[in-house]
Amino acid sequence: MKNFIVAPAPHAHSGDSVRKNMLLVILALMPAYVVSVIEFGWGALITAAISVCACVLTEWLISRYLLKEQKQTIGDLSAVLTGLLLAFNLPSSLDWWIVLIGAVVAIGVGKMTFGGLGQNPFNPALVGRVFLLISFPAQMTTWPVPQGFGTSYLDAETGATPLYYLKHIAKTGDTSLVDQLPALRDAFLGVMGGSLGEVCALALIIGGLFLICCRVITWHIPASIIATVALFAWIGTPEGMDAGQYVAYELLSGGLMLGAFFMATDYVTSPMSAWGKIIFGVGIGFIMMVIRTWGAYPEGMSFAILIMNACVPLLNKIRPQRFGEKKK
Amino acid sequence: MEKLQSSFKNMALSLTIIAMVAAAALAGVYMLTLENINAQKRAKQEAAKLAVLNGQEGVAVETAVDGFGGQFRVMVGFDAEGNILGYEILEHQETPGLGSHMTHWFKNADKPGQNIIGRKAGALQVSKDGGDVDAITAATISSRAFLKAVNQAYAEQFGAEAHTGASQLHHEEEEVVIIEETEVSHE
Amino acid sequence: MSNGMKVLTNGILKENPTFVLVLGMCPTLATTTSAINGMSMGLATMFVLICSNVVISLLKNLIPDKVRIPAFIVVIATFVTMVQLLMQAYLPAIYDVLGLFIPLIVVNCIVLGRAEAFAAKNSVGLSALDGIGMGLGFTLALTLLGAVRELLGTGACFGLRLFPDNYGALVFVLAPGAFIALAYLMVIINKIQNK
Repeated sequence: MKNFIVAPAPHAHSGDSVRKNMLLVILALMPAYVVSVIEFGWGALITAAISVCACVLTEWLISRYLLKEQKQTIGDLSAVLTGLLLAFNLPSSLDWWIVLIGAVVAIGVGKMTFGGLGQNPFNPALVGRVFLLISFPAQMTTWPVPQGFGTSYLDAETGATPLYYLKHIAKTGDTSLVDQLPALRDAFLGVMGGSLGEVCALALIIGGLFLICCRVITWHIPASIIATVALFAWIGTPEGMDAGQYVAYELLSGGLMLGAFFMATDYVTSPMSAWGKIIFGVGIGFIMMVIRTWGAYPEGMSFAILIMNACVPLLNKIRPQRFGEKKK
Repeated sequence: MEKLQSSFKNMALSLTIIAMVAAAALAGVYMLTLENINAQKRAKQEAAKLAVLNGQEGVAVETAVDGFGGQFRVMVGFDAEGNILGYEILEHQETPGLGSHMTHWFKNADKPGQNIIGRKAGALQVSKDGGDVDAITAATISSRAFLKAVNQAYAEQFGAEAHTGASQLHHEEEEVVIIEETEVSHE
Repeated sequence: MSNGMKVLTNGILKENPTFVLVLGMCPTLATTTSAINGMSMGLATMFVLICSNVVISLLKNLIPDKVRIPAFIVVIATFVTMVQLLMQAYLPAIYDVLGLFIPLIVVNCIVLGRAEAFAAKNSVGLSALDGIGMGLGFTLALTLLGAVRELLGTGACFGLRLFPDNYGALVFVLAPGAFIALAYLMVIINKIQNK
């Protein structure tokens, strides 16, 4: 039987190269994580620790006892990265058992069910995140206000995020809420409510550029997402708000930067060719803005990436012309 | 028995007979259940009205506002003084698990902070905006929209009264107290 | 095992309409938000399935081949409408929940599928047994799926509270949870059957 399996590049040849790439991505996430610990204190440490440990443990248990594999895959650090990315997408004050469920779903449902690393059609961390968002919407949309390192894990003060205000402004045209938005400088540096790893745009951009320089990711996906969102926001600026200001808030708030640089660029779940990547990015940006503007949930980045993940096999039909191949 | 051939006559005959028998059977069941179905429908309408008015005399007002996920329609029951007797959400697209809680959140008799039954409508606000109604956890926009709908329903029904000054409101409250007292003395 | 027994159990396990044949997915996914809802849908379908199997088996020689599908559909639609009217009259609470999905039993592949594949070729007795078996298989599957979704989503099972509902994962009551729960139930059942 001739079975042609589409597995997007770069292919994982050996444990070593996967491990190295994963390590670089984890390294690139560190600036954002440091900011998060400074902003949210213990919550950021505890949530990430639970998430990473639970992801690694779930992968080990499934491959050891359920699949009875001889060789364990946890050494390739992909489960560590999934755990870290999942934690980045959670509010830092989330109950520990919800984090645990998210990690089990991310690895168990999002990754191992499909056959482990390289086989999963959807980004595992986002599968976990969206599962939690739909299952526990109240807890998942209660974001702590940054209060510095001393912030307690359990009873952190909570508040609305900029996206919440933006949606309200867009819906009701009530521009008095513009004052409630954090200053643009604070939004850029991450002094605002949000999931623990998504708040500091500056740190995420530094990490993303580092990955592009190391050739771990290419510029196509982040650039096309950011450009699409900026264009959409510019066209759809609500009356009474400055277009530049609105575009800046849409770009700096929610999971946009984290998603554009770290989630959408996941090897396994993004297209191979340059044009495929650009269409992929435009699709994510467009769907995200549609959800942000008209959807029932405040943030649409995770949904947008998952929806476009499903289109990847289709986008992989766009291939570079082979040497010597004639155009039909 | 031989299987019938697919001749035009056989096909037409067989289909016609089957359809006629089916129609007759359905007509029978329809007549059998008609009375019961109508009774159930009436009971349902009564129940909805009773739920909104809580079994008391009053007026039910239907109104629509923009929520978080789109427009939703609410029916609110008021007594003659404009106190809320009950409400029902007729249609909504709020986020499941968040805004969708409004179908029961604001009539939870065990939580006086969020219960609006028995309160005077017109200027209800969530505590975040300086009012005294506790909003649904993590769904302030839906809660705000819901209270706006209730206030709007009140304004539609009691129109001018909603805009009168605080003094008259106070006066009305006094009257209510007096009526209650006389009722007590009768017993 | 006698032939009749074989026909009866065929639908429950070996050719379970939901887990093995994967037929009638629309009502399966849409109505199994709780164990009771799943079971009601299953029983309503079972009633239609038994009645239509019996009648079609009785009429099989009177229906010319070329018009068999319209004839089958008329028979099925008649019984579905009867169920609808009876439910509306005597079980209004369940009718409100299942609502639109009751008339949709007409287009449930499993009903027409059994009429075409079994009742049109077998005796009345066997067709009735096939209807009962398939109906039971469908009912059991929907009840199981409903129970799993209700338990994981709300912490209750058949309305009986097992843990507080704020620990329930709401996704299982909503549409995506239906797909997830169904997929994992299929995995488990295939695993058990292949042993």
